[in-house]
Amino acid sequence: MVMVNLILILLVGGVLALLSERVNENMPRRVALAVVLFDLIYFLIHLSGMPELTQLQAPLPDDPSTWLMHFKADWIPAFGISIEFALDGISMLMVLLTLVLGAVAVSASWTDVIVRRGFFEANLLWTLAGVLGVFMALDLFLFFLFWEVMLIPMYFMIAIWGHENRGYAAMKFFIFTQASGLLMLVSILALVAVNQSATGQWSFSYFDLLNTPMAEATAHWLMLGFFIAFVVKLPVFPFHTWLPDAHTQAPTAGSVILAGILLKTGAYGLIRFAVPLFPQAAMDFSYVAMVLGAVGVVYGAVLAFAQTDFKRLIAYSSVSHMGFVLLGVYAWNELALQGAVMQMVAHGFSTAALFMIAGGLQERLHTRDMREMGGLWQQMPRMGAVAMFFVVASLGLPGLGNFVAEFLVLLGLFQVDPWLTAVAALGLITGAAYSLILMQRAFQGEPNPRLADQGLMDFGRREMLTMAVMMLALVGLGIYPQPILDIAQPVLQSLLEVTP
Amino acid sequence: MNAQLMMALMPILMLSLTAVVLMIQASVKRDQSVAWVITALGLLLALWGAGYARGFTQPVTVLLMVDDWGLFFTTLILVAALVTLILSKHTFSSEGERKEEYYLLLVLSVLGAVVLIQSSHMVSLLLGMELMGVALYAMIAFPEKGQRPLEAAIKYLVLSACASVILLYGFALIYAATGELSYAGIGLKASIAYDQNPILLMAGTAMVLAGIGFKLSVVPFHMWTPDVYEGAPTPVTGFLATVSKGAVFVALTRFFAEGQLYEYQSLMTALAAVAIASMLIGNWLALRQENIKRLLAYSSIAHFGYLLVVLIALSYGGAEAGLIRESITFYLAAYILTTLAAFAVVASIAGEDERKNNIASFDGLFWRRPIQASSLTVAMLSFAGIPLTAGFIGKFYVISVGIQSQLWWLITALIIGSAIGIYYYLRIIFAMTMSAGSSADMSANDEGKDQKNIAQDASVSSQDVLAMLLLTIVLLLGTWPQPFIEFAGRL
Repeated sequence: MVMVNLILILLVGGVLALLSERVNENMPRRVALAVVLFDLIYFLIHLSGMPELTQLQAPLPDDPSTWLMHFKADWIPAFGISIEFALDGISMLMVLLTLVLGAVAVSASWTDVIVRRGFFEANLLWTLAGVLGVFMALDLFLFFLFWEVMLIPMYFMIAIWGHENRGYAAMKFFIFTQASGLLMLVSILALVAVNQSATGQWSFSYFDLLNTPMAEATAHWLMLGFFIAFVVKLPVFPFHTWLPDAHTQAPTAGSVILAGILLKTGAYGLIRFAVPLFPQAAMDFSYVAMVLGAVGVVYGAVLAFAQTDFKRLIAYSSVSHMGFVLLGVYAWNELALQGAVMQMVAHGFSTAALFMIAGGLQERLHTRDMREMGGLWQQMPRMGAVAMFFVVASLGLPGLGNFVAEFLVLLGLFQVDPWLTAVAALGLITGAAYSLILMQRAFQGEPNPRLADQGLMDFGRREMLTMAVMMLALVGLGIYPQPILDIAQPVLQSLLEVTP
Repeated sequence: MNAQLMMALMPILMLSLTAVVLMIQASVKRDQSVAWVITALGLLLALWGAGYARGFTQPVTVLLMVDDWGLFFTTLILVAALVTLILSKHTFSSEGERKEEYYLLLVLSVLGAVVLIQSSHMVSLLLGMELMGVALYAMIAFPEKGQRPLEAAIKYLVLSACASVILLYGFALIYAATGELSYAGIGLKASIAYDQNPILLMAGTAMVLAGIGFKLSVVPFHMWTPDVYEGAPTPVTGFLATVSKGAVFVALTRFFAEGQLYEYQSLMTALAAVAIASMLIGNWLALRQENIKRLLAYSSIAHFGYLLVVLIALSYGGAEAGLIRESITFYLAAYILTTLAAFAVVASIAGEDERKNNIASFDGLFWRRPIQASSLTVAMLSFAGIPLTAGFIGKFYVISVGIQSQLWWLITALIIGSAIGIYYYLRIIFAMTMSAGSSADMSANDEGKDQKNIAQDASVSSQDVLAMLLLTIVLLLGTWPQPFIEFAGRL
């Protein structure tokens, strides 16, 4: 029930935020923040009450009772569809990430959104609810439902509150994810049909569908359906073209959610579904996936370097960073997977923060073009320092979370394929190049004369507080990553046993 | 004919009675609001009749087959007719047009549709189709002043007549081959006839399918659809899209299943080609439409392409016959309800002004009329097959059936078609989210008009109630489909 409540709180909270606009136009953001924080606290209280947390055991993929939480209720029994949620270490991390970044996103929308605030905060909360559903649903029908439905409020956020080219970006985002989602739907239904012809029973439950016996060719095709849906979301070269547009055009809070959380649903899907459901097929395919990942790392970095739009640069850097996740997943050993999980969390924080800085700049300068900036550190020293911190985090400075993640991925990958490791490691160098050029163009160098006497406001208390949360998180991940690794370890171990 | 048979025919009797009463009323005193009330009562009585007849399901002579399945669609069509009736009141409210005939035509057309749904014989098939069609020609041309309705009606009349002729010729050929006119009889004798003279039988069934395909407007028989959709008054367009097409598809299913047409490979290949073409071409042509009625016309072409997939699955085995019938029931019901929701909004936004059917006139609808906009959004999402809507469960059925019968080409076409479809459905939603002030063509004059509209809205809030109701049904079918699935499974 806890998991259902987590989602319900956000859904109802969205309605409350929508209605609260009638009271006062500043009300929705307060309501939204309260709802997200309440959800987070509610979740933490239930986690702290669980004795299993101190001695995590491996959640067996075919036995829901070994998972941290499990909930199942009939929904459409005619097709064996149930409302089934389950939580293990990885989903727990993702839920925590979602709720923390959700609060960050509300903070990012504080002064950014000035029209129809109620509807905005409602969409934000509904998107979060959908994402939580994706991370917790273990009925494939339910999972697909959340996967598709979370896009609708996100679509509205881009289409209504986005920047100059929002219509195009929102449409592209929606079509890419929907079209690939259809492939996944076909795969899900085919998998269920195969399972039904073997057992004589309809079931969409993850626990029933694992170990479905099927012909090799069938498994390859079905795996591909899942794979494409997930890598479009991740995104991986050559399916990434929606991302720069969507991230650039979305309002700040939307970019924070998109980059910080929505991308991780793709990675989560690969770890949870694409590989375990079709272990053999996935292993046969792993080399192709890893090559795509390595190409993505370098390609994203090179394109990021060429951008003049602040947000677009960060968007392409996401392509590069998510390449590491793909590499980590398909290297499929414990080190690399740990790295992938770590990257999901660390990248969530670092990119969310960078997008917030971009949003802050846009709010003050009304442009994202870095050619119009320069020397901003002098006028806004706090923002400059904060930007510096997240830029070096993003380029992988040792001592911060992203370094641990990328290092683990490379270490794990080296055992599998040294040559690809060498290519991927190039990403660290190019990463340094585009990150520093970002810093250089925007905050250092000659101050732009046009901005000299505008009296730009530095980051205020709300923004600094939000940034501090994310800084602490990244430092914590970088210096003492052990808790995250401990939480993920049992899950990964049992996943590794699934594959041959 | 004994009493039992009369009971089974209750909905048909009630509709006939309504038609007679309407004629008498017109000869006594011409008053359109009275005619409206009589029609509404008649449709409600027929609805009651459809429920009542469930206790007396049986074949009525060789012509009609009254069964639960047919009665369910009868109910659905009567509901669609009621919605059309409510919308018509708003659209034809200007002075100087005689409206009583319109209601009579509506009732006759519904009567034809009910006969069509229950037909089990080629004679009743033709009878129902013609009764429905002829009344529809007049309904399309009903607004006296416009040229477009007239043009649409003529186009529909001429092409429809051609289709009927082809249909009749097909009947003749089938009769020549088998010596039977009832579906069941054809099913029994067809295989022998096929062995003797395959060309005669195949040519006959192909012609029948072409005639029916015209009414369903599947590619390549779709040319008339956008023009007629655009030219007809909006409530009539909605009627055509739901009642006419729905009834014809039910009739096609019966003919197909009982005549055992799925046994013939060449026929199935042709049908598969039609389905693929409908899915791809329908969706493709919808992309560039600026008029929402034309857009919905092309979208309906695609939707009947999806439905044909299920019919084709009958011949390939794999999926159980029960599941196939359930799929048709669900998809068709979802399609009819979603289409009603969409046309209810289009009719209430455009009102009498047919120029307001451009997508641009929906700009900022969310902020002007949130209930109508939400209803249209849900309808578009349902058409696009997004989860939590009825359309998604429908698509879920179609894909399941397709997979179980291993119709990979058809599924590929369905995926490509749906992916294209998302674009134009989203265009409408996007238009509604635009802020009203930002659209450049919104002149001060228009804003003044909108002010008037808003003032008017308070008085026509029955439309908002209708929109809310249809929205709720579409969402309910999508979120909690279990009761309906069980119900459809028992039919």
